[in-house]
Amino acid sequence: MQDLGINVIFEGSNLLRLLIGLWVTMRIAIVAIAISVVFGIAFGIVMTVKNTFVQIVARLYLEAVRIIPILVWLFLFYFGLTKVLHIHLGAEVVSVIVFSLWGIAEMGDIVRGAITSLPAHQRASGRALGLTDLQIYRYIIIPQAVRRLIPAAINLATRMIKTTSLVVLIGVVEVLKVGQQIIEVSILKTPSASFWVYACIFALYFIICYPISLWSKKLELKWQNQ
Amino acid sequence: MSQKTQEKLLEIMNLKKQYDDVETLKDISLDVHKGEVVVVLGPSGCGKSTLLRCLNGLEEIQGGQIKLNGEVINADKTKWHLIRQKIGMVFQSYDLFPHMSIIENILLGPTKAQGRDKTEVLAQAEKLLTRVGLLDKKDAYPRQLSGGQKQRVAIVRALCMNPEIMLFDEVTASLDPEMVREVLDVMLELAKQGMTMVIVTHEMAFAKAVADRIVFIDEGQIAEIAKPQDFFNAPTTERAKRFLNIFKFNEESER
Repeated sequence: MQDLGINVIFEGSNLLRLLIGLWVTMRIAIVAIAISVVFGIAFGIVMTVKNTFVQIVARLYLEAVRIIPILVWLFLFYFGLTKVLHIHLGAEVVSVIVFSLWGIAEMGDIVRGAITSLPAHQRASGRALGLTDLQIYRYIIIPQAVRRLIPAAINLATRMIKTTSLVVLIGVVEVLKVGQQIIEVSILKTPSASFWVYACIFALYFIICYPISLWSKKLELKWQNQ
Repeated sequence: MSQKTQEKLLEIMNLKKQYDDVETLKDISLDVHKGEVVVVLGPSGCGKSTLLRCLNGLEEIQGGQIKLNGEVINADKTKWHLIRQKIGMVFQSYDLFPHMSIIENILLGPTKAQGRDKTEVLAQAEKLLTRVGLLDKKDAYPRQLSGGQKQRVAIVRALCMNPEIMLFDEVTASLDPEMVREVLDVMLELAKQGMTMVIVTHEMAFAKAVADRIVFIDEGQIAEIAKPQDFFNAPTTERAKRFLNIFKFNEESER
């Protein structure tokens, strides 16, 4: 019987293994995104503070994260930090740390942009109503900023999910690594295995990321109509 | 218009305001009595809007004192948010919060800043909205309203805080001409009811009609304080004459 390449996906526990690998990917991404959202908002607010020292430090952090490739950060934390500080962090923990550092920086910049793009008189009219600075943030600045930053933030989230594939290189067995393992085992029997496995991984990423971007479009539309 | 009492509500003493090295307001002293309507006029850039913003702490001042009901209000920067609950302000720009419905815009200050009961504020808000003819818009969002409607809502929003004094900063300046009237009518109505108001405007006919006193500011100083009929018919200072002539020329050339 002609062996259909696609069967490689359903052989043994291959699909389950891929899904478990995907779960590792998602676990890293979800934790990093959650951390990035919370601390990114805080970082973004800090970046709007009119203090030269604060601004320089924030700028340095942001640029450092942007200029140095994520892969280098991963190596730096996984191999470098271990040697220098004599602490051993698991590959997954390092991944979460690095992706959070990246996410916080990028999210912070998105939040800063959204806040500074609000007209100054919004804040002034909040103050004129006798609201405290905290209340102005809570009821006026943040809700409007969130509406403005949603598209960029969702874009960042999907980018983070996709980029987690780099963590293979510090030894995390996630969906891509599992795929490679399956290919190695079946390549002799099924020469087209790499095509089907990668196609499957493509589909899995698509299934995860597409609904997220659909959701962001829906939110955008909803808020536009208010 | 309204009865001027002898009771001083707002006292401004030797107020100085500087941006970097530029003195925007040099030495302003002015009392506003309870129930009085003071209209501040002056060429653009003379500091009249800045003066208004100093009165509720939106701008820091570099010298002088501001008293409300005899109490100094500019001493403690951290207390401004409490003072501002007593000083309503409406701006030139449409300053409604776009992510909130009209009624939410109005309720925000009274419920969050003043911590008042929502049903009580709601009743007051609906009464005020009825007065400005916008009750049917209470669940609409600001972008569904015209400029004039937005400004009327902004006035209601400030009034709902039960302020002791209202500041109006060129509230009709960015409105289409046909919408100016509806906003000015609301302000005239307020003046009749005895609200204490400080108004910065470029609407000369309105100023004449609504003001108890005209304060003419030029180059950061009060150049002239007069009753409206005196100011418009017989200004005493050269600068005021020149200022009023500009408007006369405009009227002639528009014909």
